[in-house]
Amino acid sequence: MWLHRYAKLVALSTVLLIAAGGMVTSTGSGLSVPDWPTTYGWNMFTFPLSKWVGGIRYEHTHRLIASTVGFLTIILALWTWRVEPRRWVRTLGFLCLGAVILQGVLGGLTVLLLLPPAVSIGHAGLAQIFFCLTLTLALATSPGWRAPATRDSGLATRDSMLPRVATLTTAAVYIQIILGATMRHTDAGLAIPTFPLAFGHLVPPAWTPQIAIHYAHRVGALVVTLAILATAGHVFVHHRDRRELVGPSILLLAFVCSQVTLGAFVVLTGMNPVVNTAHVVNGALVLGASLVLTLRAYRFTGSRYTVHGSGFTGSPVRGFNEAEARP
Amino acid sequence: MPRATKWMAPLIAAMTIVVGCGGSDQSKSPQPASPAAAPDAKKVDEAKAGSISGKVVVDGALPQNAAIQMSSDPACEAENKGGAAQETYAASDGGLQNVFVYIKDGIGNKYLFDTPTNPVKMEQKGCHYVPHVLGIRVAQPLQVVNADSTMHNVHGMPKANQEFNFSQPVPMTSSVTFTTKEVMIPFKCDVHSWMHSYIGVLDHPYFAVTGQGGKFDLRTVPAGTYTIEAWHEKLGTQTQSVTLGEKETKEITFTFKAPATATH
Repeated sequence: MWLHRYAKLVALSTVLLIAAGGMVTSTGSGLSVPDWPTTYGWNMFTFPLSKWVGGIRYEHTHRLIASTVGFLTIILALWTWRVEPRRWVRTLGFLCLGAVILQGVLGGLTVLLLLPPAVSIGHAGLAQIFFCLTLTLALATSPGWRAPATRDSGLATRDSMLPRVATLTTAAVYIQIILGATMRHTDAGLAIPTFPLAFGHLVPPAWTPQIAIHYAHRVGALVVTLAILATAGHVFVHHRDRRELVGPSILLLAFVCSQVTLGAFVVLTGMNPVVNTAHVVNGALVLGASLVLTLRAYRFTGSRYTVHGSGFTGSPVRGFNEAEARP
Repeated sequence: MPRATKWMAPLIAAMTIVVGCGGSDQSKSPQPASPAAAPDAKKVDEAKAGSISGKVVVDGALPQNAAIQMSSDPACEAENKGGAAQETYAASDGGLQNVFVYIKDGIGNKYLFDTPTNPVKMEQKGCHYVPHVLGIRVAQPLQVVNADSTMHNVHGMPKANQEFNFSQPVPMTSSVTFTTKEVMIPFKCDVHSWMHSYIGVLDHPYFAVTGQGGKFDLRTVPAGTYTIEAWHEKLGTQTQSVTLGEKETKEITFTFKAPATATH
């Protein structure tokens, strides 16, 4: 139970880290500290508070939060390794650690290489993957996940459609986030400065690479919204009595509504840094809610899940039950 | 545990390499000048040279420069107690200042020019770049001075030259050179988002930045036909063709149209 609480804390810290990273990009402070891992020659942890001025505040705060999350992740990996009986969960702990180390290296590289879009987009994309990993670990260690799924108890219902739809939705959300990161790191955020129309048209009358990236993100928003409506609709129609599925579906709908609204305001406010960052963080929450729904869909409704009790035949997912526990 | 250690080893090694490589700054190393001169290129005969001078004016009223909010750095705020504004538009006596005027075409590779060794100075003073616009020759040293009590980073964003970003945490001087001609190279401080400057790098000495009254003067120009360009950070560029005879002086005027509205 404590491991689950701690994993939730790491996942929440990751949201804070994504917010700090969003502020760095939104304020154009990515290169305000030209050196890495030092800060203006100081050890990162001894950099004087009086020198946290201008853009340095955002970049240095991001680095410190990142270091803290890295430290928390080391503990998470070791703790999981020590107490967790399921091998896949133990592996997940070390995947989190590997991801956070790689993320730190990418963050440093993007500073030293002067923000090449490929590295910066990779940094943004890996941030979301790391968030997903910590969230998965928190979910896997939760009491709800570990409770036996049985047909008799009403927790298991065969529905091979929901895992597929939810997986596609999560993949679509992630692709949309990568498109958004590409837009941010190629200065395409205001390539189409009008909303909802593009230069007064449904389709831009003129094209540049930046307009194309920006427009792709807008089309992506439509696709993701439709995918989320389809997934949530499926849950409401077929699993309306299943709290563990309805809960994330409602969250997903709420997050996607606020995400579209924030996206509009990013354009209408001329990329106000706070609005911009809120859009980035909320995007991570959309992904997180979709991931939780997807994982629960596999866990509780998929055709391949652990069966306890009588009368139900399903193929067990390797490592998803206590029988896979370490001897 | 050993398995995890095994796959994490390359990551740690990569991080170590990156940390070890951090801090190198190639752009600050002096680079040799390489203006491509023809084999029969010769020095300009100053006795026969002429000059092109003139003025840059604006048609219409210039917008007011946007005010700068410096509260994010108390040291900058203290240096600008009366308030500060962007330097986008500067006009005096009907002329437009901070316009980079230079010979764009016509010099070719017919002439040999000595590379000046005296440095051009650009200060960060009161959290502004001074001067805001300047010109320099290929391989001529640019001295970047932090005259403030706060920290700056100097981020040059050329396209033809090598991009660079270095820190000046204390009052200090750094030197930069450019290897290729480029008009214009934007500079910015990422710590203080309002700080911008522009540098024109040329492989010949025929350039000037308009000062009081929007005036400029290009001297010791050999006879020939030239394209003269005037560049302004917001108003764009204008060009004129000028044919100059021996010992001749030509006067030209560039007229930029003021933008319709808004502050900058």
